[in-house]
Amino acid sequence: MSRRLLFLLPLLTLALMAGFFAWSLLAGRDPAAIGSVLVGRPAPHLDLPALRAGDPPITDALLKSGKPVLVNFFASWCAPCLAEHPLFTRLGEREGATIIGIAWKNKRDEAEAWLKRLGDPFKSAGLDLDGKTGLDWGLSGVPETYAIDGNGIVRMHFRGPITERDLNESILPFLKGAK
Amino acid sequence: MVPELGHFALILALAVALVQGTLPLVGAARGDDRLMALGRTAALTQAFLVILAFGALTQAYVTSDFSVANVVANSHSAKPLIYKISGVWGNHEGSMLLWALILSLFGAAVAIFGANLPDTLRSRVLAVQALIGVGFLAFLLFTSNPFERLSPAPTDGNGLNPLLQDPGLAFHPPLLYLGYVGFSVTYAFAIAALLEGRVDAAWARWVRPWTLAAWCFLTLGIALGSWWAYYILGWGGFWFWDPVENASLMPWLAGTALLHSAIVVEKRDALKSWTVLLAILAFSLSLLGTFLVRSGVLTSVHAFAQDPARGMFILAFLLAVTGGGLALYAWRAPKLESSGLFQPISREGALILNNLLLCTLAATVLLGTLYPLFLDLLTGNKVSVGPPFFNATFVPICAPLFAALCVGPFLGWKRAELWPALMQLRAAFAVSVIVAIVASYAIDGRATLAAVAFGFGVWLIVGSLVEFAGRLRLGRAPLAASLRRLRATPRASLGMTIAHTALGFVVLGAVATSAWHLELMRTMKPGETVAFAGYQVTLQKVEEVKGANYIAERATLAVAYDGRPYTTMQPERRLFLVQRRQVAETAIHTNLLRDFYVTLGEGDRNAGWVIRLYLNPLAPWIWLGAAFCALGGFVSLSDRRLRIGAPSRRPAVQAAE
Repeated sequence: MSRRLLFLLPLLTLALMAGFFAWSLLAGRDPAAIGSVLVGRPAPHLDLPALRAGDPPITDALLKSGKPVLVNFFASWCAPCLAEHPLFTRLGEREGATIIGIAWKNKRDEAEAWLKRLGDPFKSAGLDLDGKTGLDWGLSGVPETYAIDGNGIVRMHFRGPITERDLNESILPFLKGAK
Repeated sequence: MVPELGHFALILALAVALVQGTLPLVGAARGDDRLMALGRTAALTQAFLVILAFGALTQAYVTSDFSVANVVANSHSAKPLIYKISGVWGNHEGSMLLWALILSLFGAAVAIFGANLPDTLRSRVLAVQALIGVGFLAFLLFTSNPFERLSPAPTDGNGLNPLLQDPGLAFHPPLLYLGYVGFSVTYAFAIAALLEGRVDAAWARWVRPWTLAAWCFLTLGIALGSWWAYYILGWGGFWFWDPVENASLMPWLAGTALLHSAIVVEKRDALKSWTVLLAILAFSLSLLGTFLVRSGVLTSVHAFAQDPARGMFILAFLLAVTGGGLALYAWRAPKLESSGLFQPISREGALILNNLLLCTLAATVLLGTLYPLFLDLLTGNKVSVGPPFFNATFVPICAPLFAALCVGPFLGWKRAELWPALMQLRAAFAVSVIVAIVASYAIDGRATLAAVAFGFGVWLIVGSLVEFAGRLRLGRAPLAASLRRLRATPRASLGMTIAHTALGFVVLGAVATSAWHLELMRTMKPGETVAFAGYQVTLQKVEEVKGANYIAERATLAVAYDGRPYTTMQPERRLFLVQRRQVAETAIHTNLLRDFYVTLGEGDRNAGWVIRLYLNPLAPWIWLGAAFCALGGFVSLSDRRLRIGAPSRRPAVQAAE
């Protein structure tokens, strides 16, 4: 009998997996866009050590400077972050946007090396090693990007890498409009 | 009118597949020769009809028939001809049609080359093959019709995804599908064997060439995809553990295991139910990959059209194929008796170890790919599983696999001694250890693990060559005798040596590129020079160029070594006009030992351009090695083809029929 069960095992494994797949499909879950409860509310608390040695720590004050700010959570181990990085470089260098980068669950030297390699578009950069700040911000993974207006209110929330389209249709108009 | 012809041909093909999937099964159960003979005719007819449909869609693409919705969505009149053709499969509907085409071609191949199969086995294989075809054709006709018309017809199309307008990616999907679909044949053989209730050496001998062919194509397909990611994404890496990549790796691992376990069935009449299970799993994992990529269940860096309705259909189909196969397996497999007795230290013991490790690898990849989904559904937590997970799990499991890989071929069947085998390998071991030590001191003292991994690569190469030299008695017998032995060596073992050695080169390339590459990113203005890894790189100019359907910024960099001009490189950044999308075109200069790799980033005249330089040691070996791996498979296949006719003429097998 137990021998029989052994031969049933593959089928049982499949049934378990199929259950998950069907659940996922029926739940109408879109892993890319999950919406955000933060939009329209004040940005969550920010209190992090600086990523780059010698910088002042990252605090709420940076979000309430009267100018629109982008907050980007990234990690050196994340491939989509690599994909969106050139867009932040463009935003930072050509459009003059203020971008706060936060290395999420990332070792300091690895994140620093990553930025050194690819270029550092961030006006300030923080380190969220244990991921607690990410929790406060409702982060579901990296990369995620928040657009915050001059009063510290979250106006947009992008889960996953930002695209050319996001840049042209949402972020740039927001930065121009909020000025 | 041609698209309608294609559409009708597809509907007819579905009808023929239904006939092919049922009547021969009845015939095989009742012993009715005429019904069984129907299977061959139907398989050829079905192939003809699907070729017709595929031809019709290709015609619509080549002539830019914008009354067909699929052409509008994925083509453009200004596109070069080769991308008009590759556009046929560069989208969801067309790629499914390509899948159906290859499936029916494989069915026809079984009908043509399977003349020496027992009648019942052949008709059952063809029927199972046709039932899979029914699923795909119904999927096409009911959810993804590629021949849908559009009225009024627009004057021009939206163009192909710019990332796909590349020669590497033009041939990546067909190769990959040849691999995936090739496993459908082994699946059909496994189901037919379960229905027959018999798995014997002859069965294994028929299954192995199909497995080998599918495996070779899959190897080439994966290598091409990885090469594409390397030079088009411009990140300098070659494997990103993305769900789409993992989806193709899992069937490859299962297929590799199957390739080896089928040998045990053939030679030792053992491991039968396991081999049948692997045959079912290899194809199931191919389907699972398709499901994951197209249903929208997981996200990926690689974009694919995602549609939950299609997801439901593929899930149902996946369940029917895998569930049906595994249910049949649970019911019939316990009856498959193995006659062979097992000694752990023997060739078959080594092959079992190989199978265990390969399957563990496949399970690891499966877990890493699906874990985010499970966790999300159960707890609502979102995580992404990245390279750290795979580096911590996949890579260590490779170590015992590689270590045992060289020892296995030295062990005899049934019973062997481990110690003499190890003694024969002591030179290979010494060389590997020395290389690893030299690498860790000379190249990078901190990357000890990389040096060890590099040693494993050397071990694979030297160990395989030592085994081959021993087989030829090279150095111990006169050269003429060795040459005579070389000519007498079966192609299968020649293929094994080639594939194993090539795997060593892949490992060397992968380790060296990941651990010891050099990078430099610099914002440069025309006329500036930077020093990089002993080279002097000067940005000469950046100019605008116009392509067929894009405009590009093209940088010209002069590379000098020791003050002498070495080469000129021209990376581009292309802006595709129809989609308003930018694609980086890297410039790579290779001398087969290392790649000099340049990408052009954002920039303008005032601020300068972001130039990224990489020096990737041994990078070309990754893809060359993979190509030689596949070559080894083909060499082995050429042997099988000669011998495949043999078993049916042997009295022993005739008696079994």
